[in-house]
Formats: sequence, C-alpha cells, structure tokens
Amino acid sequence: MRIYALAVYLFLYIPIGIIALFSFNAGRHASQFQGFSTQWYGKALSNPFVMDAFQTSLTVALASAVLATLFGTMAALALQSVRGRLRLAFDALIYIAVMVPGIVIGIATLIALVTLFGWLNPILAAIWPFAAKAPQLSLGYGSLIAAHGLFAMALVIIIVRARMAGMDRSLIEASADLGATPWGTFRQVTLPQIFPGILAGFLLAFTFSFDDFIIAFFVAGSQTTLPVYVFSSIRRGVTPEINAIGTMVLAVSLLLLITAQAILQRGRKAE
Amino acid sequence: MQRQTLKTWLFLAPAGAWFLCMLVLPLVVVFVFSFGERGAAGGYVPAFTFDNFLNLGARWAAFKNTLTLAPTGTLICLLIAYPLAYFLALKTSPRWRTLLLILVIVPFWTSILIRSYAWIYLLGGQGIPSLLNALGLGNPRLINTPFAVLVGIVYGYLPLMVFPIYVALERLDKRLLEASSDLGSPPWRSFLQVTLPLSMPGVATGCMLVFILLMGEFLIPAMLGGGKVFFIGNALVDLFLQSRNWAFGSAVAVALVLVMLVTVAAYLRLTRRWAGGRDDVSLM
Repeated sequence: MRIYALAVYLFLYIPIGIIALFSFNAGRHASQFQGFSTQWYGKALSNPFVMDAFQTSLTVALASAVLATLFGTMAALALQSVRGRLRLAFDALIYIAVMVPGIVIGIATLIALVTLFGWLNPILAAIWPFAAKAPQLSLGYGSLIAAHGLFAMALVIIIVRARMAGMDRSLIEASADLGATPWGTFRQVTLPQIFPGILAGFLLAFTFSFDDFIIAFFVAGSQTTLPVYVFSSIRRGVTPEINAIGTMVLAVSLLLLITAQAILQRGRKAE
Repeated sequence: MQRQTLKTWLFLAPAGAWFLCMLVLPLVVVFVFSFGERGAAGGYVPAFTFDNFLNLGARWAAFKNTLTLAPTGTLICLLIAYPLAYFLALKTSPRWRTLLLILVIVPFWTSILIRSYAWIYLLGGQGIPSLLNALGLGNPRLINTPFAVLVGIVYGYLPLMVFPIYVALERLDKRLLEASSDLGSPPWRSFLQVTLPLSMPGVATGCMLVFILLMGEFLIPAMLGGGKVFFIGNALVDLFLQSRNWAFGSAVAVALVLVMLVTVAAYLRLTRRWAGGRDDVSLM
C-alpha cells in the first residue's frame, strides 16, 4: 500500500522534477545532463519577448485578482442576507462560471466582444468630439482582465463563503449587543475571521490567471501572456530555455499555493 | 431595513454586473450565433437555420475521440486514485495526512501547460523511447499517439479524482468497519459491502468533475496528440481561430455544453439516490 502511494507520488512529481533538472543543463541535449549551468535562465530573462509576456501576465493576474477579491468578497458578504430567487440566481451563476469549460468561456468572450466592438467602433468614431482620431476598442488587457476576473471572482466567492460558514455567529451578536456599530463589528469581528479566506482566494485567483492558457489564447488580442508565449514556442520546438521558463512559472505558482494552503490550514486550526 | 437592502444591492452589483456581461451575455451570443451562417470572409451573418447542428457530423472524429478518450481517461484516473485515496483516508497517521493530501492537490493548481510539456519531454524521441531502445526493448513511438494523450490526461486530472474520494472515505464511520469485522467478515468483504458502497458519492463526484473537464480539454491533445488525436476543444480552436466559421463553431460549442449538462444531470440523479451524502466538496 505504501509502495503504491509512493509510486503515485513519484508519477506526479518526477516529470516536473525532470523539467527543473534539465533547466540547469549546460548543454542543449534533452536527455543527457551535461553539467550544471544557469545559462538558460539568463537567456530567458534577457529575452525581450519573454519579459514582455511576463509583464503582461503579471499585470493581468494582479488586476483580475484584486478586482475579483474586492467584488467577490463584497458579494459573499451580501449573499449572507439574501434569500429567495436572487440567491438562487447568484448560486447558479457561480456554478456556471466554474463548470463551463475555459474554452467555451474563451470563444464566447471572443465573439461577443468582437461583435460588440464591431458595432461600437463606428459609433464612437462618429460621435468623437475631438480633432484626434477616435480610439479603437479591441481585445487586449481589458478583455483579459475581464475574462480572468470572472472565474477568479467565482473562486473568491466560494472560498470566502466556505470560511463564513465556519464562522461563529454568536460573536457578531455579542459585538452588536455590546454596542458596536455595524462597521465596527465588521472590522473587528467579521473581517479578522474571514480574512484567511479572502487572502487565500486572492492567491488562488492570481495563480489561476497567471497559469491560464486557454482563455488568454482567445481573448488576448494583440497581447501575449506568458503561457501563450510558451505554447507557441513549444510548437516551434523543445528548447532548454522553455525548461527554465517552465520551472520559474511552476516555482511561482507553488510558492503562492503553499502560502494559500498554510493560511487556510492555520485559519482552520485557530477555530 | 431599507438601508440594509440598499447596501446589499450595492455590494452585489459589481459582481452581478460582471457575471452578466462576461458570462451570461457571451453564452447567449454563442447560442444565438449557433443558428446563424458563416460570412463570406468568415465570422457571422445573422440567420435562423439548423444547418450548423445538422452538419455536426463533419466534426464527428473530434466528438468520437472526446467521447471515447474522456471516459477511458476518467476510468483510469479512478482506478489509480481510489487506492491512493483509501491509503490517505484510512492508513495514514493524521500527522502526515494533511501534508500528503496537499502534495496530491498542489500539482492540479500548477500550470497544465508546463505539466503537459513535461510529457512531451518524457515521451518524445529522446525520452523514454530512447531509454527502452538502450535496454534493447525496441524503439516504440509514444508521442503523438492516443496513449500519450491518455498519459497526459491521467497526469493532469488524477488529483481532481483523489480529493472527493478521499473526502468520502474520511467521513466514513469507522465503527461500521469494526462492527463488520466483529461479526466475522474478512477484510475484503467489509471493503466490498461497507467501504465501497459508502464511498460511492465521492467516486461519482470525482468522475463527474474529471469527465466534464476532459470534455473541454484542448491543451493535452494539442501537445501530446500532435494533431492526430484531437478533441472537440481542438475543433473549436480550429473553427474560431483558423477557419473563422463562427456559426458552425458556436453550434459545436453548444453541443459540447449539452453533453456536459446531460452528464451533470445524470450525476445529480445518481447522487440523489445516495441520500445523506453531502456533496460540498471543495478543492482547497
């Protein structure tokens, strides 16, 4: 039984390990380790396309995670006191956002926005009051942040609500009985209790956006995120430079995930 | 009271508007477009026709591959995941359990792109095949085969299967197992008559999650199937980004979502029969 479990863990981690190992390979060879070197990291980090894509990914992940955490937490808080049809509708939307495959979300966003921009751009050009040319709406940062924010928000709502379900409601009542204002109760009682959930939700939302390929593939427009860049370079052939980029991407998400897990676990123990 | 309601609405408004604009509206557009026609230069021309749906047969190979490899992959995931979940839930000390569980889930949250790329490396000419060749076991072609796609699927989705089964097994009342063994049944019988039936809700949840995610898979077949083993997702990328046939592509997407809805409905019917099984499975 133990041996079996060990074998499954090896299956899960050896492929990742091999990528990391060969990212430090001195040679180009894909199966012979020819000595230790960090040259591929240097190559990757001095490649302007990689750095550009990395910057795009970082901006999009940060913006969508911040917005999703803010609006998602607000919605989760409000949903506590909502019953009936509105509640059902919101629950259904959260489920749909999580269940519909990324590829369908991607194409739906693509064709909806392209069609919308097709209508809006001529109108915008016609009513533009300034001498300069009217701006053209197109896919890019905005569509990436909006599309990633959708899934991220559903994620934040789910996690924060799970946190609130485990919350001690009598503390809120006690706080109100002792004369605290609703805002004071929120800041001193509710927020500290749900904060681990909010933080974990933010980290997961960021990780999701940073790692997402399929939605970005459709809605990135003229922008290139890091996963989209990696995908197109793999198409052109396997190089040690991709190993280095891949290892860095894995390291970033592993770090964020372990932090998120630690926060959630500590929160659970504190109860 | 009035102020309370206003505050609730204000708090819900941003998320609600976001869901409407970025989820409901785009999905409605896909649905409407699926009844339209392809424009001369690609894209979409308004129309009302069922031709796109009648033409779905043109992409039959993609549907066939998806509907054979997705269930096969789900089944292999289940067969590998169950013993591991069993081990984690019943045979490990609580001290190690959390860490071991986190180690299973963490890969699922890392980039599937990089993880599939790892298998291009391993299954490609200089990976396992050259190793087998050196051992005198022949030089089989592994990459760009259905086998490679299945390996990628199992690698990508195993964690998602382990977790719900683990949750079901962990909640199982251990006294039932003691009772069963006190009454003289051998371990294998206790397993078949107590553990297995009681873990079925977890099995169903795991299978449903893995199956519906596999239905929409694009990356794994694109990277490990080399254009020879393609899923519905690959057909969608082709239709929207290459041939730009939005109307037909929308019909394919609608068909994909319909198959998924049928799966979820079947799952809900099945789990309702195992009443009492809570399905509040979270992935963290």
